[in-house]
Amino acid sequence: MSILSIFVIIPILMLGGLFLSRNMKQIRTVATIGSALQLIAAIVLVVLFCGERSAGNTAEMLFMVDHVWFQALNIHYAVGVDGVSVAMILLSAIIVFAGVFASWKIEPLPKEFFMWLILLSIGVYGFFISIDLFTMFMFYEVALIPMYLLIGIWGSGKKYYSAMKLTLMLMGGSALLLLGILGIYFHSATDGNLTMNILEIAKNDAIPHFWQNILFPLTFVGFGVLGAMFPFHTWSPDGHASAPTAVSMLHAGVLMKLGGYGCFRVAMYLMPYATQELSWIFLILTGISVFYGAYSACVQTDLKYINAYSSVSHCGLVLFALLMWNTTAMTGAIMQMLSHGLMTALFFALIGMIYGRTHTRDIREMGGLMKIMPFLSVCYVIAGLASLGLPGLSGFVAEMTIFVGSFDHTDTFRRVFTILACTSIVITAVYILRVVGKILYGPVQDQHHLKLTDAVWYEKFSTIVLIIAVAGIGIFPLWVSDLIRESIQVISERIIP
Amino acid sequence: MSYSEFLGMGAELSLMAVIILLFIYDTFTSSKVGKYLPITAILLLGIQTLYLAFGNSLGLGGLNDDTSLFGGMYVSTNISNVAKIILNIGTILVFTQAASWVKEDDMKIRRGEYYVLTLITLLGMYFMMSAQNFLLFFIGLETASLPMTALVAIEKYKENSYEAAAKYLFFAVFSSALMLLGLSYIYGATGTLYYTGIASELTVTPLTIVAIVLFLAGMGFKLSLVPFHLWTADVYQGAPTVVTSYLSVISKGAAAYALMVALTTAFGSGSEVWFNVLYIVIALTITIGNLFAIRQQNIKRFLAFSSVSQAGYIMLGVMSYENGFGDASLLYYVLVYIFSNIAAFAVAGAIERASGKLNINDYDGLYKTNPKLSVAMMLAMFSLAGIPPFAGFFSKFFIFYSAIETGTIPMYVLVFIALLNTIISLYYYLLVVKAMFLKDNETPIATIKSDGYTKAVVFVTALGIILLGLVSCVYDYIYNAAI
Repeated sequence: MSILSIFVIIPILMLGGLFLSRNMKQIRTVATIGSALQLIAAIVLVVLFCGERSAGNTAEMLFMVDHVWFQALNIHYAVGVDGVSVAMILLSAIIVFAGVFASWKIEPLPKEFFMWLILLSIGVYGFFISIDLFTMFMFYEVALIPMYLLIGIWGSGKKYYSAMKLTLMLMGGSALLLLGILGIYFHSATDGNLTMNILEIAKNDAIPHFWQNILFPLTFVGFGVLGAMFPFHTWSPDGHASAPTAVSMLHAGVLMKLGGYGCFRVAMYLMPYATQELSWIFLILTGISVFYGAYSACVQTDLKYINAYSSVSHCGLVLFALLMWNTTAMTGAIMQMLSHGLMTALFFALIGMIYGRTHTRDIREMGGLMKIMPFLSVCYVIAGLASLGLPGLSGFVAEMTIFVGSFDHTDTFRRVFTILACTSIVITAVYILRVVGKILYGPVQDQHHLKLTDAVWYEKFSTIVLIIAVAGIGIFPLWVSDLIRESIQVISERIIP
Repeated sequence: MSYSEFLGMGAELSLMAVIILLFIYDTFTSSKVGKYLPITAILLLGIQTLYLAFGNSLGLGGLNDDTSLFGGMYVSTNISNVAKIILNIGTILVFTQAASWVKEDDMKIRRGEYYVLTLITLLGMYFMMSAQNFLLFFIGLETASLPMTALVAIEKYKENSYEAAAKYLFFAVFSSALMLLGLSYIYGATGTLYYTGIASELTVTPLTIVAIVLFLAGMGFKLSLVPFHLWTADVYQGAPTVVTSYLSVISKGAAAYALMVALTTAFGSGSEVWFNVLYIVIALTITIGNLFAIRQQNIKRFLAFSSVSQAGYIMLGVMSYENGFGDASLLYYVLVYIFSNIAAFAVAGAIERASGKLNINDYDGLYKTNPKLSVAMMLAMFSLAGIPPFAGFFSKFFIFYSAIETGTIPMYVLVFIALLNTIISLYYYLLVVKAMFLKDNETPIATIKSDGYTKAVVFVTALGIILLGLVSCVYDYIYNAAI
């Protein structure tokens, strides 16, 4: 058995364990042990992966396993990882681990909550390890549907509306995707040996240009919906605002990365010709995402909406950088995925904790929280600084790499767009500092807030795990970029030979 | 024809034996022993299914591949045998569902009729699927429809049942008449009613176009394809839930398979005619079925319109007749659809019997009081909507796969329309999930104590929904029979 299958097997065992647990204590035990095992497995995977690489194994994907699933349709359960997927798996494991602690006291129906959360994580891990289009698509949808119940049952605000909107829009995206995947499959080879295996499709390189131009938009938009690409981003603010804490964390932290990952693994990697031809359209759309998200965040008053729009902007930047298709920019995009994943998870965790105490998320009704809950407030400032790109934290490394790489283009159109996108950093600073200034400093708005307590141990644990990771990327950026750079090179060389 | 040749119809003869045994059992036993009728019916049909599945390999005979009887009127193939097995499995599930219903006082005296009539319709479907001559096809079709009218009206003291039965009868007769008219034109144009004969004689003339369209219209009624779907909701609502679930899965599956065989073998050379007609019919069926389902409050009407749209997806398999995947995917879709729909009807039926409630609004907060039933219903809804990892996802994927394999741009467009419709369908399937899981209710339906049969059918269908897709040997089995 390969190490990769462990990432699917552990959550399935966890589901079984949760199903059998009878009280809160058992549920917590199963969830903690399971997610800790996942985190350990992810770290082991990174170590093994780096070991293989330094031993000179230059294969594109490592730890590959291939089982025939549906013989007649040539569908395989095929798994394998490159540097990017390894990084994504580590990200997911960290966030799931932190998410379990952030939902320590979830009510009602804790058992069901964790079961759906773990089902979601099966989809996420499965997606990142798959190299067979069918399996990949299946895991992708497995990750989407639990969102409906997670938001609908445990959410707040207009949760029915948000849950339905989110599910339908994402499923709409996956409908496009399914058509795209079938189209790719039926043009995957010229000699009749059709295949769903991504590596083989790339090797055959047989998709006719005409079909690339049809299939690229289908797959890119299909994944782009999950990556909150303008104008398909509208599910994101509502969805995040209504979701319970751990779900917001996982969704903004990991699920939205599925979109970006899919965009480059399927759409760009398999259809390099169409990427060159059509990327300008999507560059404009993602450029709008970057801008529009940042500006919208400036005028929101609900903390979760601010972060949701900020996510739209940051995830837009991921897709934007991917479409620049040179190695540096794409490496930056992957680092931005990691950085944004951790940082947003941290944000949403903190917002959840603050909301659990103040029972409001409106920034006009809060103030002076630094005095009342210093731990949470300091963490919030750290998350904010990471978000606006302070050197030493993850955001700086990612955005720096992106803009250096993007500006490297000789194309004027791209250079202009890069300059425009750069300005979003300033806007980010505006909305982050506005929130920090409003709710953490200044006079206390509500006298009841004076009685509130600071974070308890499980909350502290959850945030510290995330902060360590955020700072880790900021302090050791080279280590991360070494991990992903080689894998990115393979893809960018396909687009610009 | 000789006696041994007659034995070639192993499937039909064995089913006939089951019917006769049940009939004798019901007629000549006291009411004390008679209460074992449901379990006897399930067991007998189960044994017959095992015979269909393994008879060949055990050398029991009567199920040889490509047995051709009565001068080629009746042909049994591996794939038709698999189709019969699938229908049998569905019928066993329906019988299990029915077991607690026939125990009611009202139904006690009629339970024998219920089982015998249901099996007679199944026999008709057997013949319909194995027919290679339109005469036998028609006899099979009528054998399948007329007893169905009696089944729809079996709760004869209920007004709704009568209305439903009358509607069903009129529509069945009318569609049969249309089909006969079409067939008579075919006979006039080609001089034969054998599929193979028609295939070699058929040329596309105005007469044969009208004939094929009339034939399609007739079958459209049976399959409740748009625009011939109007009877569906009323009949489904009026009929007893058990009969509805039989009507919505078994009869639809059989009709779809038989139509596919007729279109591809007999009208293969006129394919451009029916291909275009069917193309539009499928697009309309999926879309209109979905749009009407959104507005339904009564769960049976809701499932009726959902099944209209599912029929459209099933017919996508017919469009890809040129490759081997078409029939395999169609049958696999039918199998998965049987499990999903029976799960939904079993839960709806259990709730209806316990509380008399049939509205989706009444399901509010059901998860708090009846978690198991709610989860089964949710699985059924997800499977019908095509959400992985449940079986419905795989069956939809395979149907789309086979449709796109023909490789033409119009098929991509049709699949795209179908895919958009899965989003619409997801919306209304989620409404049921929303009612059960998300909403709170001051007065939810009280906890239902279901009997062993209901538990069994809910458990088996739920298990099927989870496993039929993930375990690839089911599809492989069907596919190997198809090629």
